[in-house]
Amino acid sequence: MKLDAKIPAGPLESKWENHKFDLKLVSPANKRKFEIIVVGSGLAGGSAAATLAELGYNVKCFCFQDSPRRAHSIAAQGGINAAKNYRGDGDSIHRLFYDTIKGGDFRSREANVHRLAEVSGHIIDQCVAQGVPFAREYGGLLDNRSFGGAQVSRTFYARGQTGQQLLLGAYSALSRQIGAGQVQMFPKTEMLDLVLVDGKARGIVVRDLVTGAMESHAADAVILATGGYGNVFYLSTNAKGSNVTATYRAYKRGAAFGNPCFTQIHPTCIPVKGDYQSKLTLMSESLRNDGRVWVPKSKGDKRAPADIPDSERDYFLERKYPSFGNLAPRDIASRSAKEACDAGQGVGESGFGVYLDFADSISRLGEDQIRARYGNLFDMYERITDENPYKMPMRIYPAVHYTMGGLWVDYNLMSTIPGLHVLGEANFSDHGANRLGASALMQGLADGYFVIPYTIANYLASSKLEKVTTSHESFKAAEDSCRKRVGQLLSIKGSRTVDSFHRELGKIMWDKCGMARDRAGLQEALKAIPKLREEFWQDLKILGTNEEINQSLEKAGRVADFLEFGELMCLDALTREESCGGHFRTEHQTPDGEALRNDENFCHVAVWEHEGDATGPAKGHKRHQEELVYEHVKLATRSYK
Amino acid sequence: MKLKLHVWRQKDKAAKGRMVTYNADNISPNMSFLEMLDVVNEGLITTGEDPIAFAHDCREGICGSCGVMVNGVAHGPQDATTTCQLHMRSFQDGEELYIEPWRAKGFPVLRDLIVDRSAFDRIIQAGGFVSVNTGSAQDANAIPIRKSDADEAFNAAACIGCGACVAACKNASAMLFVSAKVAQLSLLPQGQPERQDRALNMVSAMQNEGFGNCTNQYECEAVCPKQISTDYIARLNREFIKAALTYPDAKK
Ligand SMILES: Cc1cc2nc3c(=O)[nH]c(=O)nc-3n(C[C@H](O)[C@H](O)[C@H](O)COP(=O)(O)OP(=O)(O)OC[C@H]3O[C@@H](n4cnc5c(N)ncnc54)[C@H](O)[C@@H]3O)c2cc1C
Ligand code: SF4
Ligand code: FES
Repeated sequence: MKLDAKIPAGPLESKWENHKFDLKLVSPANKRKFEIIVVGSGLAGGSAAATLAELGYNVKCFCFQDSPRRAHSIAAQGGINAAKNYRGDGDSIHRLFYDTIKGGDFRSREANVHRLAEVSGHIIDQCVAQGVPFAREYGGLLDNRSFGGAQVSRTFYARGQTGQQLLLGAYSALSRQIGAGQVQMFPKTEMLDLVLVDGKARGIVVRDLVTGAMESHAADAVILATGGYGNVFYLSTNAKGSNVTATYRAYKRGAAFGNPCFTQIHPTCIPVKGDYQSKLTLMSESLRNDGRVWVPKSKGDKRAPADIPDSERDYFLERKYPSFGNLAPRDIASRSAKEACDAGQGVGESGFGVYLDFADSISRLGEDQIRARYGNLFDMYERITDENPYKMPMRIYPAVHYTMGGLWVDYNLMSTIPGLHVLGEANFSDHGANRLGASALMQGLADGYFVIPYTIANYLASSKLEKVTTSHESFKAAEDSCRKRVGQLLSIKGSRTVDSFHRELGKIMWDKCGMARDRAGLQEALKAIPKLREEFWQDLKILGTNEEINQSLEKAGRVADFLEFGELMCLDALTREESCGGHFRTEHQTPDGEALRNDENFCHVAVWEHEGDATGPAKGHKRHQEELVYEHVKLATRSYK
Repeated sequence: MKLKLHVWRQKDKAAKGRMVTYNADNISPNMSFLEMLDVVNEGLITTGEDPIAFAHDCREGICGSCGVMVNGVAHGPQDATTTCQLHMRSFQDGEELYIEPWRAKGFPVLRDLIVDRSAFDRIIQAGGFVSVNTGSAQDANAIPIRKSDADEAFNAAACIGCGACVAACKNASAMLFVSAKVAQLSLLPQGQPERQDRALNMVSAMQNEGFGNCTNQYECEAVCPKQISTDYIARLNREFIKAALTYPDAKK
């Protein structure tokens, strides 16, 4: 496999400008001759579909929810970064670039990250023009807050519902194009396979989730913007339908997968309550602007938080990271919470929790001010836990939240399959081994609004694309294999439900490939997962047929892919003999327990290639490397002390 | 906790539905309502009965996917709460619950508790946007907006498109949903150029989708999980009348 990241030559600051000039254009009259498939209607897919349609391309957009407005971007709470420097607090494109590279623990591409920082300001402009009601100050100008890993205030927000408001902005632009007939929208439609013709991505096979009909769609280029795969852990902050199916199917068709083991465990989520738990709820990182994280100094201290005097509390983030304090990056904050709980200082029934305490801020700013900033989050917390966070500290614990890994893409956001582009959380591109808060929304919208419209034109203008229709044999073969697979799932008629398998896989992944990983554990997981997969294919029980709304069948298809993909994650974690960002291998740590990188051997993207037939089980996974070259940033030990 | 559930079962759009009774045992008060249904479904699958189909995704009250009638109330008994955020501690041990889908001409039932809400998307497509192409925007701070207007626009924009307002309304009116979008954009300078067309086009799309008119029953506001205020309906009415008078020939 030849990996060419296609990073433009020239100085960092002008790479994107020059590249845009060098890219080929498609003339307005020719745009309408091209069909583009966009799978996903979240920030990345929604913004891409709308923008490409505005430009005049014919777009087909797909999502599995009943409306594009319900993509999981809707759930993002805290905010979106942009290097506007409206505060005059020393922010700049270069600082956002630097913070992101450092936050990612020096495992992302300089050129991509710089471009992201460059376009970040335009995103805010575009969203405001659409009517996104960002928070404002009394003077009428936009307000900002701070997020982890930064010492400037560059995060724009709309109360605790920033993702919702940004997505509704993209959705409104998309709706306008649907109304104009330029986008054909397919909600409740799930992509099951990617179709290649002459080595190029030329279409997809989908299942209509209402009727069960399998259908093919052909196009000149395919964009996947299908979100992250955190649900491989069963419990995560992702929506129940979030899946790896689209990207994993593309992987099996030949698209390389970058850094699959890089997952983000978010420090502030509501702790697990019982074994019926179906998902975890995030409490936005923005809360760490005003909340202080602590545990009792002594082990097993069961006193009520109010009865523990200040001198007997350990504000461990402030103690360990005085200059960033409670706003230390996510990977560090999560690991510190885990350490405290593992040491017996955890709080709550299970002992897997730490306090996030607003008492000081409430006495400083008043309850009203705190309500204005975080009201909806406090309400959500109370609804779930039945505890009033204005009166007593929240209890939080880390949970799976985001996947930095994803399909490998070059600078043009194209995967190793010509014509297949990947945007948003589904690609691996900009966050290295740890994503900073408020940077996923930025990346999704950067990819969709400001990058893909340029780069896809170049692909379309410079490729020879024969006319292809869905009657081509590649489509027929892919449809057949999808039908066969559904048939297989339905015919097992075993005894265990899909959820029981998913939970079991999730537990393996969390225990062995979660916040801390080690060789022995990963090796165990690599034995346990294939065994579980085998059992799945022998003992799964799904009722009903394909030709109806069948939610168990939908889940089963996704879990079947997770059962293969989990193995790839563990393999990647096992091979990366270092700790970096969210990937913490206990064998590789500094004497004071910080992640110990190995730049000499691992300053690269691990790029995996599927071996074996696309429709059969994986025969193996081959590892390639994209070396990361740092010309502008000096590799340093990340310090937030 | 133990509960008795009466659940609407309907195989598909064409089938005739009926209420079926199930026992839900071993329910923890800390479960969410949907987790309770998960537990019931696991039991049904084990005994060979089709699980109850219900729409859901985020399970944190923001995507707007979920929503059922619980004892005749959209999203159940707790104020300002979606079905997925409703917890079983809101119910008594031994209670009987009647669980049904939204019922409205504009929302046909697809299966069990799942309805087709695509009409809402079509209403937005008729005008729920600001026509601004990507890349043509000026600097964000070049448009200062009074804080109170921005906050009010946000309150309106918080609608999650769940459809509870329609389900609760005896006229199956979608006015609260429509008014929230119209209000958001009419409060902001960005929304001004299309203000009149938006009101006319969205209202006429709503009527074409078979939703009824508003007769000020306020049931919508009472069930709305995002507490969208009926003040917006009054605002929409004013917008609509003004637009109809100003542009009698506007396309409707
Ligand atoms: C609770 C929560 C809070 C967050 N808060 C923040 C924040 O404050 N700031 C920030 O920057 N980031 C935040 N993030 C991260 C950020 O929200 C996501 O990374 C980002 O929104 C992902 O956008 P996306 O467009 O890539 O994918 P998504 O929004 O997940 O969209 C995926 C789309 O793909 C479709 N899809 C998926 N699979 C298929 C398939 N097989 N067939 C058809 N369609 C498919 C879905 O229907 C959907 O339309 C948060 C994430 C979570 C979970
Ligand atoms: S107005 Fe309220 S009830 Fe109606 S769709 Fe919006 S959020 Fe749901
Ligand atoms: S499942 Fe998303 S709002 Fe209830």
